[in-house]
Amino acid sequence: MTLARPVGQDLAAEALAAKPISHWKLAWWRLSRDKVTLVAGVVLLLIILAAALSPVISPYDPNVVHLKGNVVDRMAPIGTAGHPLGTDEQGRDMVSRLLHGGRMSLVAGVVPVFVALLIASVLGITAGFVGGWLNMLIMRITDMFYAFPFILLAIAISGALGPGLNNTLIALSIVFIPPITRIAESVTTQVRAMDFVESAQASGAGNLSIIRYHIVANVAGSVVIYASTLVGVSIIAAAGLSFLGLGVSVPNAEWGLMLSQLRQSIYIEPWVPALPGLMIFVTSMSFNLLSDGLRDALDVRL
Amino acid sequence: MWSYVARRLLFVIPTLLGVSIIMFSLLHVVPGDPLAGLLPLQSGPAEREQLARELGFDKPVVVQYGKWLGKALQGDLGRSLTTSRPIGTQVLFALKNTFLLAITAGVLSMVLGVILGTIAGFHQGRWPDKVASALAITGLSLPNYWVAIILIIVFSAIWGVLPSQGMSTIGGAGSGALDVMKHMAIPVLALMMISLGIITRMVRASVLEVLNQEYVTALRAKGLMPTKVVIHVVKNAAPPVVTVVGLDIGYLLGGSILVESVVNWPGAGGLVNYAIQQRDITLIQGTVLILSSFFVIINVIVDFLNTLIDPRIRRT
Repeated sequence: MTLARPVGQDLAAEALAAKPISHWKLAWWRLSRDKVTLVAGVVLLLIILAAALSPVISPYDPNVVHLKGNVVDRMAPIGTAGHPLGTDEQGRDMVSRLLHGGRMSLVAGVVPVFVALLIASVLGITAGFVGGWLNMLIMRITDMFYAFPFILLAIAISGALGPGLNNTLIALSIVFIPPITRIAESVTTQVRAMDFVESAQASGAGNLSIIRYHIVANVAGSVVIYASTLVGVSIIAAAGLSFLGLGVSVPNAEWGLMLSQLRQSIYIEPWVPALPGLMIFVTSMSFNLLSDGLRDALDVRL
Repeated sequence: MWSYVARRLLFVIPTLLGVSIIMFSLLHVVPGDPLAGLLPLQSGPAEREQLARELGFDKPVVVQYGKWLGKALQGDLGRSLTTSRPIGTQVLFALKNTFLLAITAGVLSMVLGVILGTIAGFHQGRWPDKVASALAITGLSLPNYWVAIILIIVFSAIWGVLPSQGMSTIGGAGSGALDVMKHMAIPVLALMMISLGIITRMVRASVLEVLNQEYVTALRAKGLMPTKVVIHVVKNAAPPVVTVVGLDIGYLLGGSILVESVVNWPGAGGLVNYAIQQRDITLIQGTVLILSSFFVIINVIVDFLNTLIDPRIRRT
């Protein structure tokens, strides 16, 4: 994941031919050499596809209770015929539940970062571009939120709003707005001081068009990359909230909730309860590796 | 030095006010009636009105906030909406146990993280660096509540060597401190994962940055012993690391809520968990308020520590 690598032959040839290499081409080239990032990307793609296609590919209905003879087939171990990943504490097929569970976990992890990215970009760019008292106001309010450990704030907000997927999304969005706003503000302030902004102003461009054509284009990269580093955290936090009983309610399949329901049964069958957490870990890890790789490839300094 | 301390302390007041405003407003954005839990089942609107007057819920929000803050400053955070017990004493009692976990995990992950990160930084690109970096990103991606469950599966369910629940053995078979330490093993290990990842990463980055400075080359060129170079580097790499350790206390205090709920640790996590089950918003509010205030104060202390290590910071 380091930046300095000897230039490959094709690029060397291009460089010798004195063709300029575009930023994106260089980034793509760096990315294509970064095996860890590529693997993370593929794993993530598979997880997303599996979750999206879960109604089609899962072997059973995730909420159907399976029987063994006349009794409910509870906590069947991994490798059971017909249930390769076993069954849960109510006799439901784990493969189907893990596949379906991915949908809510991914939504709960990704959507808040996206919402926060939109709101925080507006706030940060406004604060950075306008400056003055508006900057003071926005940034001081942002600072207030920094006083909280983020997971505590998420728990407090979603605890006050009550359980449910929507409330989890709201709570996590609020939590992620301040850090992204800070980055957007500081990058905007830097870009605003650059000469091309001044020349745009001198040539009579209005504030809105300067923001649109000069600021956003130069701020977006850093802000998006920074936001992408939050997705891994967000996945863990969202599943954590539903682990505490603040997310989706039973009998919905969601990794955090499944983990919390299954942990009572570890003395009956130890490894089936570990599976939903493994999915949270693998997903979060893939997002973290991918965003690390993207940051290196695009050479963004934060 | 003292003017810096004074300025920094002055800055704490608006921060803590901000924390209190956010926490107070939580009660007022809540859908539903916050008093519903306190009223007897058959009570009508008249009884509700009376209770609202007693608790000051009928006053304008700003007045309510002023009164609430005044009481909070005297350590009175009101009564829990479900147990009717004073929140302040409940939270402070629980906090003691949470700090035991958080501080143990913090110290351990700091020591380990500094060692791992320094080794990684000095061997950039070679295998110790790769191992340490891999460990760091794994630690960052591990849900600590899941780690706690895995540790329980391995050490309690399968091997039966560590207790999985609570803070001490009921009936008191083992001797006091040793028994508590055994109970701490699983939650502390689970809590350490994220902080270890964050600290290792930060130490590595900070060491690398210092190593690239010219004075390190100069030290090496004049033939200083490698161990002495390490001391120079570590000292200069310290301030950002100390800052991260301070922020890390926040992760530990927050993370302990989740880990504690897995191992039934009698701390703030247990309290929050109970409050979530009972929808007791005042209890959540009080716990988070106190935890966050501690977090703010810890970070001020961290800033002071940094000025002791690196006097240049004072001037900015």
